[in-house]
Amino acid sequence: MIIRRVLIANRGEIALRVLRTCRRLGIEAVLASSDADLHSVPALLADRVVRLGPAAPSASYLNVDAVIAAARAAGADAIHPGYGFLSENQRLARACAEAGIVFIGPTEAQLAAVGDKLEARRHAVAAGLPVVPGGPLQDAADAPRLATEIGFPLLVKAVGGGGGRGMKQVHDPAALTATIDLAMAEAAAAFGDPRVYLERFVASGRHVEVQLLGDGQNVVHLGTRDCSVQRRYQKLVEEAPAPLLDPALREEMHRAAVALGKHLEYRGLGTVEFLVDIERGTFYFLEMNARIQVEHPVTEAITGLDLVAEQIAVAEGRPLSFGQTDVSFTGHAFECRLNAEDWTRDFQPSPGTVTEAVFPLGEGIRIDTHLQAGVQVPPYYDSLLAKLIVHGRDRQEALARMRTALARCTIGGVSTTVPMHQAVMDDIEFAEGGVDTAWCTRFLQQHTPVTTGGAGHG
Amino acid sequence: MNLTSEDVADILRIVDGMEADRLRLSTARFDLLLVRDEDGAWSQSTRVTTEPVIVDAPAEPAAADVSARQDTAAPPREGLAEVRAPLPGAFYRAPKPGAAPFVEVGSQVTETAVVGIVETMKLMNSVPAGVAGTVTQFCLSDGEFAEQGTVLMYVDTGEGATS
Repeated sequence: MIIRRVLIANRGEIALRVLRTCRRLGIEAVLASSDADLHSVPALLADRVVRLGPAAPSASYLNVDAVIAAARAAGADAIHPGYGFLSENQRLARACAEAGIVFIGPTEAQLAAVGDKLEARRHAVAAGLPVVPGGPLQDAADAPRLATEIGFPLLVKAVGGGGGRGMKQVHDPAALTATIDLAMAEAAAAFGDPRVYLERFVASGRHVEVQLLGDGQNVVHLGTRDCSVQRRYQKLVEEAPAPLLDPALREEMHRAAVALGKHLEYRGLGTVEFLVDIERGTFYFLEMNARIQVEHPVTEAITGLDLVAEQIAVAEGRPLSFGQTDVSFTGHAFECRLNAEDWTRDFQPSPGTVTEAVFPLGEGIRIDTHLQAGVQVPPYYDSLLAKLIVHGRDRQEALARMRTALARCTIGGVSTTVPMHQAVMDDIEFAEGGVDTAWCTRFLQQHTPVTTGGAGHG
Repeated sequence: MNLTSEDVADILRIVDGMEADRLRLSTARFDLLLVRDEDGAWSQSTRVTTEPVIVDAPAEPAAADVSARQDTAAPPREGLAEVRAPLPGAFYRAPKPGAAPFVEVGSQVTETAVVGIVETMKLMNSVPAGVAGTVTQFCLSDGEFAEQGTVLMYVDTGEGATS
């Protein structure tokens, strides 16, 4: 089938990003918007805007019935869910199928296969991927035996958790049972699912992911991204390809990701996340994300592909228009997420009215943003204002470009994380490349103004 | 038709050869300002100036909007301290759904006691009482949206009643 009209069921920069590809492909773009976003830049540029409901996400962007009603009202033949919100929601995929609307994403069964952490782990093992030593906990009495197999320190993770929520470290074997009891009680309250599993805690790890694209039969990888710079499990800076990886290890990760994609007969864009154990020189499967990701532009920069266009093509039921050998990688790319947060005040969110939005122009610079002077940054949604993406012939050139590009960003009216990114780009360890996930915490501690006075020891 | 980054790059190629360091391009649909700095690097600020074409989805009856509660009018008597929202966001009385509320009417609080949460941009910000006393009244219900500075509750400091 040919998609002629897409309902974009999202907001902010990703709504605009999807809209631009629709325009380029001659597809009509209708925006599903909450009342808070009716005058946002994506709303001004969309062919039409359908009201989804009140500002609160649960009443609008997370409301499956409202999204389906909006698609019907718009006469859309497909829904693009963006990232976050309903992008990996099985109920939306099913409701689309029932309404005869194309869901631009994987199948409902594939969403189910990777949406549950234990289920995803099972599929990864079945596809031959290495997983972090560990396993599900059927019975609390089983914990000491399992823990001994894994070794300490270990993590107790909630099956329903994610994004750093529902995770506890155990260093002392004596604390194991009590921690599991607490984790199960908290998981039941927070996620409505008390199941937990145990996993080895990898002290020095890098977060490296592989981008996949599949048409249901053929699956290709589009290289690696390194997302190790994270604060509280929120990514701040991403780059492609992942720097300073042993070529054999990188190839193995590509192969592993494709193996999982083929095992799932995956259709659409997907990302296989790995934890690279630096000390052991090996990697483990973490999870798979069945959507377009915030950091997709760095992959677009080094491959020259439009991932949203590819996503739409496979959603139309077309086979991939290229094979693995047609994919080539050029240069190096960085992305800085510019958030409405004050990093000098513990990243306090900063909603408000944007008074000024000036961005750099030039070779190798891309800005994905929904900002312009006069727009509101509402308090209801996440704090991402803009993504600054640079591409260079090598990492060195890209880094230099990012430094000058950041210096030429002026966003007025709200606090932003631009100054933090400038400090990151000037950091010697970061410039060397290959920092692990613990680096960001150390970096932030060094740059946090000392408020207690007196620099004593202890 | 809207301006893509390719369009801007094309425009840039044209103006790069010119002597001007500022170029303003205004049409019915957008307003583009290009500025060249002393190093010869260009910056842009774009403003889309169109109006949105809004249609209503008919099937979904508009749920009662949780419209932002501005300052509640209940006149504070002497000795009643206001606890205000430090940021705009959704006000929650408990640390998580289903959990016991931080405080109830009648609870004794210290200055630093956490009496609620305001969720702004998906981040939870705890609200301290700010004064010591007894919680006398909530002005917002659980989950309701508060503008910055909205009075969330009153705390009786015990200073006004007898003097």
